[in-house]
Amino acid sequence: MTELLNVQGLETQFLTPEGVIHAVNGVSFSLKEGEVLGVVGESGCGKSVSMLSVLRLIPQPPGKIVGGKALFQGRDLLAMTDEEIRQVRGGKIAMVFQDPMTSLNPVITIGKQIAEPLMLHLGMSKDEAKVRVIELLQLVGLPEANMRLEDYPHQFSGGMRQRVMIAMALACNPQILVADEPTTALDVTIQAQIIELVKRLRDEIGMAIIWITHDLGIVAGLAKRVMVMYAGYIIEEADVKTLYANPQHPYTLGLLGSLPRLNEQRHERLASIGGLPPVLVEKPNYCPFISRCRYAIERCRTENPQLIEVGTNHRTACWVDPQTGRAR
Amino acid sequence: MIDTSPENILVKVDHLVKHFPITRGIVIQKQVGAVHAVDDVSFNIYKGETLGLVGESGCGKSTTGRTLLQLYRPTSGRVFFENIDLVSLKGEDLRRTRRRMQMIFQDPYASLNPRMTVEEIISEPLVVHGVLPRKEMRDKVKELLNIVGLSSRLVDRYPHEFSGGQRQRIGVARAIALQPSLIVCDEPISALDVSIQAQVVNLLEDLQEKLGLTYLFIAHDLSMVRHISNRVAVMYLGIIVELADRNELYTNPLHPYTQALLSAVPIPDPVIEERRQRIILEGDVPSPVNPPSGCRFRTRCPLAGAICAEEQPEFREVQPGHFVACHMVSV
Repeated sequence: MTELLNVQGLETQFLTPEGVIHAVNGVSFSLKEGEVLGVVGESGCGKSVSMLSVLRLIPQPPGKIVGGKALFQGRDLLAMTDEEIRQVRGGKIAMVFQDPMTSLNPVITIGKQIAEPLMLHLGMSKDEAKVRVIELLQLVGLPEANMRLEDYPHQFSGGMRQRVMIAMALACNPQILVADEPTTALDVTIQAQIIELVKRLRDEIGMAIIWITHDLGIVAGLAKRVMVMYAGYIIEEADVKTLYANPQHPYTLGLLGSLPRLNEQRHERLASIGGLPPVLVEKPNYCPFISRCRYAIERCRTENPQLIEVGTNHRTACWVDPQTGRAR
Repeated sequence: MIDTSPENILVKVDHLVKHFPITRGIVIQKQVGAVHAVDDVSFNIYKGETLGLVGESGCGKSTTGRTLLQLYRPTSGRVFFENIDLVSLKGEDLRRTRRRMQMIFQDPYASLNPRMTVEEIISEPLVVHGVLPRKEMRDKVKELLNIVGLSSRLVDRYPHEFSGGQRQRIGVARAIALQPSLIVCDEPISALDVSIQAQVVNLLEDLQEKLGLTYLFIAHDLSMVRHISNRVAVMYLGIIVELADRNELYTNPLHPYTQALLSAVPIPDPVIEERRQRIILEGDVPSPVNPPSGCRFRTRCPLAGAICAEEQPEFREVQPGHFVACHMVSV
């Protein structure tokens, strides 16, 4: 499989009255054609900001992309002019956002909203676009699609709105779909419908997907590869099965331990992680997880660990091997 | 195991109904319909147990909790708390009974007054009920802060200085201040991050053991409900469709809605996820203004037959301690 997106050393900061917040601190990853990449982390870990930075959707100011490259088909997205990036966004790379209630325009009909990228990016006429819109709505499983083009967003339920958002994202046959917590606002049975839809689209259309979430359960069933983020760093990256079977970073271990299992038989105490994630107002020369880590050794205080190879396609940023408790 | 003998009942909810009127007109208001938020719900809560109440948004689980505490007055039905009929209580009598039952709210950002200090927030129930002399108040607040795992030096801080998890701890301290016997926890962790959720759940479990509390734990996260509850009730569109011991409910769900709900929950294990067959429900939850005739779930139910449209299934005990409301389940 060929490489579609290659991000190198991405750094994003926010200028606030309290100082510079280091939101993303040198994130590097690549995405292959047709691959589903899960990005996992808690609020504020930089998972959304790093993907929004790649698409240049960070409001500037207060945000600022201070370094890095994002090569998409050989061209650097971060160096493009505003006009060029607009051609890519919504065309070759599309995005679905968390809240389907606020990301649709309430005063424009659904038909018009989905037709907009078609007319803009593909230069379709109104009538051509209408045919394609009906096709798209059928693809995402909206019943009686041709009857609903004139409806406004408030006439749809949350799950249906998210289907409309996905139809809009798929409009121009994107090569990459970036989904930012698209099911967080939905109920479990509706979430299951949407995930089933995305799996079907993944298999039928074969586009690459970046799925941002805090839910380790969704990623387990959907992604092929997973990145775990903490305090603006990627702290572990592996194939989905390797990550869940053999987590190598204390934070990943803690996250998995904090989750109660649906198939739990005996009642066991949850292994919570004490403390809170840090707010980075300076680039740390220590491990950002140190205050919550029970494996910490002297080296963690003086040197921020880099991602190192610990197995096939398995990288982690930790000086300690949590299985043995000894330094790597 | 929880003692489910009649003497051990703390709360008895008996055919509880709560409808919210829909009115038309500005000066002369006319009722044109009603939201059937809770429609004939009966269950017991036993001393020392955690009863989990799960369901999707709009199913009436929060309304049930609030109506139980008389924060909403029920349309009909009875609620007995420590053998007192709460529905017939009014004014001062009700206020005094409220000491024994407290609530923890979902949103730790909205449920603490931003202009009050931690001391004022936590001592408010003590002041209102006049149980402590003023000069002992500060020490009591410090003690409560220690119990919920916060430093007693934080008494003069304001809510905005705390993180979500810490605020929820303040909410817990306020709830236990009057030494209640029942706490209704209305989605106490759904606004928090995963690692912080585990901290708060562990705290709630420790307090239950230490103080002998009884919880009604309302949530939509089925894995967490299984973890914390002794028994679990599943709600759909204003009614309880199934109630059973937690292991029984999760390993042997009888109602088709419970089965679909459980199969929709993602499991954080890629090997299990790969092999899993899902029951995907069609469509959305119908409006509670015009609930379907007969069984509420029949419009989305894969098993629905002719009888389901005509008769509302009875909520019956099919196995000891396992209640279900479905025509298609045979005893």
